[in-house]
Amino acid sequence: MSRELIVVLLISPLVGFLINGLFGKFLKGNEKLSGGIGTLAVLVSFICAIVAFAGVQGGAVLEGDAGVLYEWIAGEGFTFNIGFHVDALTTVMLLVITGVGFLIHVYSIGYMHGDAGYTRYFAYLNLFVFAMLVLVLGNNYLMMFVGWEGVGLCSYLLIGFWYERQSATDAGKKAFIVNRIGDFGFLLGMFTLFAAFGSLDFTAIFGAAEADTFQKVFGGSTLVIATLLLFVGAVGKSAQMPLYVWLPDAMEGPTPVSALIHAATMVTAGVYMIARSAVLYELAHTGQVVAWVGVLTAFFAATIALTQNDIKRILAYSTVSQLGYMFVGVGVGAYASGVFHLMTHAFFKGLMFLAAGSVMHAMANELDMRKMGGLKAKMPITHWTFLIGALAIAGFPFLSGFWSKDEILHSAWGSHPAIYVIGLITAFLTAFYMFRLIFVTFYGQSRVASAVASHVHESPPVMWVPLVILAIPSAIIGLLLGWGGHGSAFHHFTESVFKAAKEIGNGAHGEAAGSAVPFMIISAIVGLVGIGFAWMRYSKRTPAAQPGTALHKLVANKYYIDEVYNAVFVQPIKNVSHYLLWRVVDTGIIDGIVNGVAVAIRIIGGTLRRLQTGVVQAYIVSMVVGIVIFLAYYLFIS
Amino acid sequence: MLELEYYLILSALLFTTGVIGVLVRRNAIIIFMCIELMLNAANLAFVAISRSLGQTEGQVFVFFVMTVAAAEVAIGLAIIVSVFKHRQTINVDEVNSLKG
Repeated sequence: MSRELIVVLLISPLVGFLINGLFGKFLKGNEKLSGGIGTLAVLVSFICAIVAFAGVQGGAVLEGDAGVLYEWIAGEGFTFNIGFHVDALTTVMLLVITGVGFLIHVYSIGYMHGDAGYTRYFAYLNLFVFAMLVLVLGNNYLMMFVGWEGVGLCSYLLIGFWYERQSATDAGKKAFIVNRIGDFGFLLGMFTLFAAFGSLDFTAIFGAAEADTFQKVFGGSTLVIATLLLFVGAVGKSAQMPLYVWLPDAMEGPTPVSALIHAATMVTAGVYMIARSAVLYELAHTGQVVAWVGVLTAFFAATIALTQNDIKRILAYSTVSQLGYMFVGVGVGAYASGVFHLMTHAFFKGLMFLAAGSVMHAMANELDMRKMGGLKAKMPITHWTFLIGALAIAGFPFLSGFWSKDEILHSAWGSHPAIYVIGLITAFLTAFYMFRLIFVTFYGQSRVASAVASHVHESPPVMWVPLVILAIPSAIIGLLLGWGGHGSAFHHFTESVFKAAKEIGNGAHGEAAGSAVPFMIISAIVGLVGIGFAWMRYSKRTPAAQPGTALHKLVANKYYIDEVYNAVFVQPIKNVSHYLLWRVVDTGIIDGIVNGVAVAIRIIGGTLRRLQTGVVQAYIVSMVVGIVIFLAYYLFIS
Repeated sequence: MLELEYYLILSALLFTTGVIGVLVRRNAIIIFMCIELMLNAANLAFVAISRSLGQTEGQVFVFFVMTVAAAEVAIGLAIIVSVFKHRQTINVDEVNSLKG
């Protein structure tokens, strides 16, 4: 594999961004051209990614000095390079990013049709793909951080894409600020690693960490601190507790953006980062923290998803929940399983978001599923593809989510039974809320407003073809790559990446004991029971307009977490800013000093101007007096 | 041959007269003449000390002072003439438009 291939892969979306971003003015009104350029750019990357993937098959990797493109920053005793690290993990990410990204670009051509910001949209989307590629291709933490910030920026831009809407700009700001908190942790983690190792290169750090040459900083706890700080970054970017609050609000952006950035790719960056740093997490034994945060988030978000009525919000909480699973996977040392779930999730969640977009498209941007129902007949393709996605996430036997989720749960059992149990309950909740969504939206009586009902239609081919294409891997990729659990094709493929971590971690995590078959059967039953409950409860009824019990109300209001954060963090900061920083420090002290200086000078000047009489002789008198005083001093005193 | 002190005393008296004149008189021409008086008091001191020390530098200085004084007269008188043209007076108390 050559570096040139990777360069083409990486630069292609950037070129697309530059064309659409700089020359968008000349493309205005020509949707085919700007959409085509954006899509083509990602297609080129996708083709390169396939070639790279084929190259990695033999175990060949681009890493260390071989991957260095050029020296970026050089200083006394350290250099930061622009360089690539390409191995099995990278190519999996590349395929997901460019493959799902390509389909979502195609879908966007139809979805964004007629939007005033059409070229801007494709420019941002291309920029996002570029930043995400930087994130996964970098061979050092600094490049990863550049990509990390880049995707955060694009996420902000795309959430607030319809900036005329107050709610969209608010959501964009919220996402950005919450992400900054996480990024700050990431940055500190990077500093810690640099202080300990004098480098940010993956190979250098992992090698030195294994050789135990890092103990000089913070005694022996360097890696614990570094990995936990990096995990703070992951918690922000991947929307885990307690920083998940931005993701549901991020649904204000266009739906394909939710599919690409807030389901399939960007939010999985944290999982990728931990999988990439597997060696460090094994050495530091901080995987347990990751797994617990993950499983609690998974459960917590799933309970919220039970009570929401907004399709996209259900999917958003579902994403938070599924990301929790991925963290459980990488936390308990089942890195390949976590990444496998990342991949299957990218397919089925991307699919469901796009299908939800298709529903919105037909329903004149209606998102409340209580106002839907019976859409199956009007939108058969959307219905079937959505159904496949929901079955996959619910863990229906032999669909993709079944395999990946089961692997994670199986490994969790070996690590800590409590994680397994919570994970299993979450799996039940997942099946339940997903099929609640399916039944209420697509089955039963139509509750569509009559004004809208007349033009409910299936989406155009440019939108449903990507749905169908995504439905295929959602259904079968688990069977193809996941058969055999921990001995599956996917595990085999990624074996070389996690070999070092596995060796270190051996013994730390109880080996996923025994046969996976009983676990699979349990998972399958739990999933089916969840679907069954949803069918009993919602195939004929719609969700109540108002929450009944107090518990229901609590959950329906998302545990009032936003309100709590508002009261605990936002309002105090606003109050301090308003009353202390603005009123006291800014207007009082800073303005006081500035204005005080001016006032003092005016007073002094006003007094002294009286000396300036305009009478020359008065001046001379003062001069003579001065001379006399000086003369007297020198002659008689000194 | 008089003592040096007499010359210096005369010089000081002339200078003081000039200073007082500048300070108390209001007529610009008189003030001008008093300035000349001060210059010449300085010249007198120069010459006397030069003579007493037997060196010539002081006398050379006097020529410079006289040259500068001549130039000053030329400009000064011109200013006074033009002030008079504007204001019909050369009373310095009435020429105070630069008052702060």
